[in-house]
Amino acid sequence: MNHSNASQVEPLKQIEMPVLLFASLKDAAGSDQIMVRLSYPSATPMTVQDFLAQCGQQYPAIAAWLPHVRVAVNCTYADAQQTLTPGDEIALLPPVSGGTL
Amino acid sequence: MIAVVEHELSVNDVVQWVETETNGGAGAVVTFLGIVRNNSQGHKIQYLEYSAYKPMAEREMQRIADEVRERWNFPCTIVHRVGRLEIGEASVVIAVASPHRGAAFEACHYAIDRVKQTVPVWKKEVAVDGFWWVDDPMAGPLQESSQQLDVAL
Repeated sequence: MNHSNASQVEPLKQIEMPVLLFASLKDAAGSDQIMVRLSYPSATPMTVQDFLAQCGQQYPAIAAWLPHVRVAVNCTYADAQQTLTPGDEIALLPPVSGGTL
Repeated sequence: MIAVVEHELSVNDVVQWVETETNGGAGAVVTFLGIVRNNSQGHKIQYLEYSAYKPMAEREMQRIADEVRERWNFPCTIVHRVGRLEIGEASVVIAVASPHRGAAFEACHYAIDRVKQTVPVWKKEVAVDGFWWVDDPMAGPLQESSQQLDVAL
């Protein structure tokens, strides 16, 4: 058996990131912050989309909300393809309802 | 002047701020005040709870004020209140100053619409028959509030 292919598989990087929760999401999780364990190939940056998938697996209580939330990275709205860096401040934002019409 | 605060809002303060910014060039100041209504979708509201992702909310409000400045070249100020608000209390105040009234109304209208779209502030309505987060995509049947249980008992 030749195992050379296996040795070329990228090692997985594992990090744990705090994620801020608000409003209905905070109530559903019972906390204003959760820790999400992320594992991803070390040569490939983790995207917001990857993060949401792993977040939903680890926290079934909030999984149903995830298709409806917007993700903020460092206080700025992020799209699905934006990459994450350890140390980023991640927040999950339910639809906003500020102000008054 | 951009802030998320936990105290009562002052219309005078924001008016004075935008007026000063124009160095006497203002012929009009338009203000918008969002206040807590006593009813929502057939429910009698007791009070509202506003919460915010404060640093991001202030950043988004600053962005809106910057947009007004770029588009109309008017100073715009936005202050949002969070915490428990009673019926009739103001949750958000906006002021825009300009040389003439027409464009000031337009700019103020633009600013409040943008606040509703992008500023991470959430509103929980507490009614006599339950409470819920406004625009919560997962909102299910009414959650019973302790107030209602008290009334029922």
